[in-house]
Amino acid sequence: MSRIKDLQKNLFGGTTSNARQFGMIFTLVAIIVFFQIRTDGLTLTSGNLIALTQQYAYISILSIGMLMVIVAGHIDLSVGSVAAFTGIVVAKAITEHGVPWPAGILLGLLVGALIGAWQGFWVAYIGVPAFIVTLAGMLLFRGGNQYIGNADTVPVPEGFRVIGAGYLPEFGPETGYNNATLLLGLVLCAAVAWREWRTRRVRQQMEGAEPAPVWISAVRLALLLGVIVFATLQFAGGRVGTSFPVSGIILAVLVVAYSFYTRNTAGGRHIYAVGGNARAAELSGVKLRRVNFLVMTNMGVLAAVAGMIFVARSTASGPQDGLNWELDAIAAVFIGGAAVSGGLGTVSGSIVGGLVMAVLKNGLQLTGVGSDMDQIIRGLFLLAAVALDVYNKKQGRFSIIGSLMRPFRGSAAAPTADPAVPSAEGEKASSSSSGR
Amino acid sequence: MGDALLEMRSITKEFPGVVALADVSLAVTAGRIHAICGENGAGKSTLMKVLSGVHPFGTYQGTILYQGRECRFADIRASENAGIVIIHQELALVPGMSITENIFLGNEPRRWGRIDWKAANHRALELMAMVGLKEDPDTLIKDIGVGKQQLVEIAKAFAKDVKLLILDEPTAALNENDSRHLLDLLRGFKERGITSIMISHKLNEVEAVADAITILRDGRTIETITVGADRVDEDRIVRGMVGRDLQSRFPEHTPQIGDVFFEVRDWTVRHPISAERLVCKNSAFTVRRGEIVGFAGLMGAGRTELAMSVFGHSYGVHLAGKVFKDGQEIQVDSVADAIANGLAYVSEDRKAIGLNLLDDVKTSVVAAKLSKITRRGVLDQAAQYHEAESYRRSLRIKTPTVDEGVTRLSGGNQQKVVLAKWMFTDPDLLILDEPTRGIDVGAKYEIYGIIQRLADEGKGVIVISSELPELIGLCDRIYTVFEGTITGEVARADADPELLMRRMTSNRKLTTP
Repeated sequence: MSRIKDLQKNLFGGTTSNARQFGMIFTLVAIIVFFQIRTDGLTLTSGNLIALTQQYAYISILSIGMLMVIVAGHIDLSVGSVAAFTGIVVAKAITEHGVPWPAGILLGLLVGALIGAWQGFWVAYIGVPAFIVTLAGMLLFRGGNQYIGNADTVPVPEGFRVIGAGYLPEFGPETGYNNATLLLGLVLCAAVAWREWRTRRVRQQMEGAEPAPVWISAVRLALLLGVIVFATLQFAGGRVGTSFPVSGIILAVLVVAYSFYTRNTAGGRHIYAVGGNARAAELSGVKLRRVNFLVMTNMGVLAAVAGMIFVARSTASGPQDGLNWELDAIAAVFIGGAAVSGGLGTVSGSIVGGLVMAVLKNGLQLTGVGSDMDQIIRGLFLLAAVALDVYNKKQGRFSIIGSLMRPFRGSAAAPTADPAVPSAEGEKASSSSSGR
Repeated sequence: MGDALLEMRSITKEFPGVVALADVSLAVTAGRIHAICGENGAGKSTLMKVLSGVHPFGTYQGTILYQGRECRFADIRASENAGIVIIHQELALVPGMSITENIFLGNEPRRWGRIDWKAANHRALELMAMVGLKEDPDTLIKDIGVGKQQLVEIAKAFAKDVKLLILDEPTAALNENDSRHLLDLLRGFKERGITSIMISHKLNEVEAVADAITILRDGRTIETITVGADRVDEDRIVRGMVGRDLQSRFPEHTPQIGDVFFEVRDWTVRHPISAERLVCKNSAFTVRRGEIVGFAGLMGAGRTELAMSVFGHSYGVHLAGKVFKDGQEIQVDSVADAIANGLAYVSEDRKAIGLNLLDDVKTSVVAAKLSKITRRGVLDQAAQYHEAESYRRSLRIKTPTVDEGVTRLSGGNQQKVVLAKWMFTDPDLLILDEPTRGIDVGAKYEIYGIIQRLADEGKGVIVISSELPELIGLCDRIYTVFEGTITGEVARADADPELLMRRMTSNRKLTTP
C-alpha cells in the first residue's frame, strides 16, 4: 500500500505538479494496450509508430510553446494560422524566388519570430489580452496565407521535404535494422541511465532530503529502458528505407531543450512565477513585460517550425494547412496537467498529453471509427480527463491513479489518511489554493 | 436625550480561536451622529457586520433592538429592508455602469416588468440633489472621482429609504475638500432626522461632527462619550483607544546603532489613476545601520504606498524625490534596481502579492535572487536546496521538508518563508510591511527576534505596523504618517501611544506635552 504511494510519488519526477502527469502516463499505457488488443497488434507495428510520430511531431512542437504560453497565464489561438502563413512564405521563397532551402528554413524562423514579436508587443506592452490578440492573429495570418498563395497550393523541393518526411540515413554493416536508429537508441539508454544516477547523487547531496528508494530507481530505469529498447527495435526494423523520422528528432531535441530551459534556468522559472502570481513576481524583480513578450515570440518561432515540418511532409503548402491545430495543442497542454489560471504544467506533461490524444485518434482510426465518433469520443475524453483532475483536487486527493487504486486498498485508506497531508490546516490550504 | 433608535446589548461574537467582540453594547440616539473609534482590529467592523446581518442572527450572542423591536437579521437584505444601510470603505459600485444604474442596482423601479428608466433618472436626480452631487446621471462611475463615487453610494442608500446610515471610514480615500463636503452632508442629514453611525480614524473629524462617541478596544466597549454632557478631547479618545499595558512580548535587545546610511528626500507620489490625489507628500526619512525604524499610521495613511514606491516605483506615479544610500544617490526606477541596490520589501499581504502560492518552500526562498544559485546559466538545484534548508533551520520554519508547498504552512511559517526570501537577496535595508499581521503570538515573538537579529547584522530595518504596542516595543525610532505626510519623529525613549496616536490622526503640529 505504501509502496503504491511511493511509486506514485517518485516514479516520474517527485513534485506535486506531476500528479496528473503520472495519471496520464497510466492512461496512455491503458489506451495503447486497449488498442493493441482491439487492432490485433496493429497499433505497435513499425509502420504505425513511424506514421504516428510523423503525424504528431508538429502538434507536439506547438504544444511545447503553448505550454509556456499557458503557464504564463495566456493562450494562443493563432498558432495554426501562423504555421500556415510561415509555410506559404517559405514555399514561395524556395519554389518561386530561388531561395536555397536551408536559407528558406532560416527565413521561416525569422517570419515566425517577427509574428510572435508582433503579438507579444500587443500582449506585453499594450496589455491587450492574448485571447483577443491571437484571435485577431488567427484571422490575420489565415488571410495572409491565402493572400500570398492566392488560396492555392505551392509545392516544395525534395531537399526541404527531409525535415517532415525524411528518415535517419542507412549506414554501416547489414544488421537487419537501421543502424542510425539503433545507435540513437543506445545513446538514449545511456543518457537515461546517467540522468537517473545523477538525480540520485544530487538528491543525496541534500542532507535531510531522502532520495527515492533504490527499488524505485531500479523500477523506473527498467521501465524506461524497456520502452526505449522496444521503440528502437520497432523504429529501426520497419520497411526498408524507413527508420526514425527526422521530424521526431527535431521534436526530441526541442523537448529536451525546452524541458531543461523551463526547469533549470532563471528565465524558465520566471515564466512560472508570472503565471503563478504576476504581482508577486513583479515585486521579486521579474520583468513582467519582457517575460510575456518572449513567451509570445517563442510561440511564433515554434509555430513556424511546426508549419515548415508540415509543409515538408505534405510536399506543398496549402490554404487549409494548420486548421484547428491550436485546439489540439491546447488540449495536449491541459491534459498534460497545466492549469487554466497559469503557473502549473510541464513540457514533458504536455508531450504525454499530446501523445494520449494522438494514440486515441490513431487507434480509433485503425479500428474503423468514423471521424464523427472520433471527435465525439476525443471531446468527451478531454472533458473527463480534466474534470476528474479538478474533482480530485477539490477532494484533496491526487491524480487519476489514486482514484483507480482506491477500491483495491480497502477501507484503511480513506482519503483523510493521506500521509501527504500533514494537518487539517494543510488540507484547508490546498483546497483553497485549488479554488483559485 | 432623545429616544434610542438602536440598541445593541451585550453583543459577543467569536471566531474560531478569537473573541472578536466581548459583551459590547451600543446605544444610538435617533437623529444623531454616533462615532465609533478604535484601533485596527478593535472590533468596529465586526460590530457593524453583526448589525447589518453579514454575520446573521444566531452566529453571535446578544440582542439588537431597533425602533424598539428586537431584530434578527438573516442577511444584509433583511437589515436593508429595515432601513439600515452600511457603506463600506471599499465602494460597492459597478465602474462600467452609469450613476442612475448604480443607484438603483438591485432596486430598479419597474413598470409592467420593464425598468422604467425615465422614472429612475428622475428619481436619481432628486437623490443626487440631496447629496449635493452635480453630474449627469448617465455619467459612468469610472469617470467620476472617489469623492463623487462616495456620494453616489450615499444616494444609493437613500434610494433604499435609509433610516440608519452606517459609514465605514468614509473619508479615508477622500481629499480634504471632499471630506469637508461629506461631513457637511452628514450634518444636513441630521437636521432631516437621519441617524448616522460613522467609523473613523480621523479624530479631528469625529470631534467636529459626532454627537456621541463610543470607543472600542480589543473587542470591548471602553466608554461612550456624549458630546455636550461630557468633556471631549482627542486625548481622552486616544487614551481609550490605546490604553493597554505593554507586557514583555518582545525579546530582550540592545540596539547597536551606527551612522545614517539610507535617506529618502522629498518623496512625492501620486495615485496611479487619480491624477490630483497625492499619496505621498514630500516625505523624508533616514535609516541608520543597525536601527529598527517604525512607520506608524492608520489604514490609508499612505505608509504602504510610500514603502512600495521607494521599492522600485512599484506603486503609483513617482513625481519627485531622491534616494541616497551611503551618501550616493541611487536609482530605484524598477524593482530589479531596488533589489540590486540592497532594498527588500516584505509585503503586508503575503498571499496576494508576497508569495506564489503554487511554489514550494525552496523555490519561494530563492525566487527574488535566482542569480545567486545560477551557475553558468543553469539553476543549481542542490544549492537551492541547501539555501532553503539553512533558512528552514535558522528561522525555524516548521515544515517537514523544503519541498512542501507554501500553502500547507501556517501563516507564521509562511511569513518566515517570505522573510527568508528577502534575506536571501542580501539586502542592506529591509522594509517589513505589517510583518506580524494574521499570525499568532508565539510566531510574532519569533519574528521580532529575527528582525532584531537582522538589525544586529548591521542592516537597516523599517517596520510598518498598525499596532502601536508593536512599534513601541520593537523600534528604536518611529515616524508617524498621516495623509501621506510624515508628521513627526519620535525616539524610543519618548514613544508613548497617546503621543503617536495624536500625530497619526492629525497633521496639526503639536508640542510634546
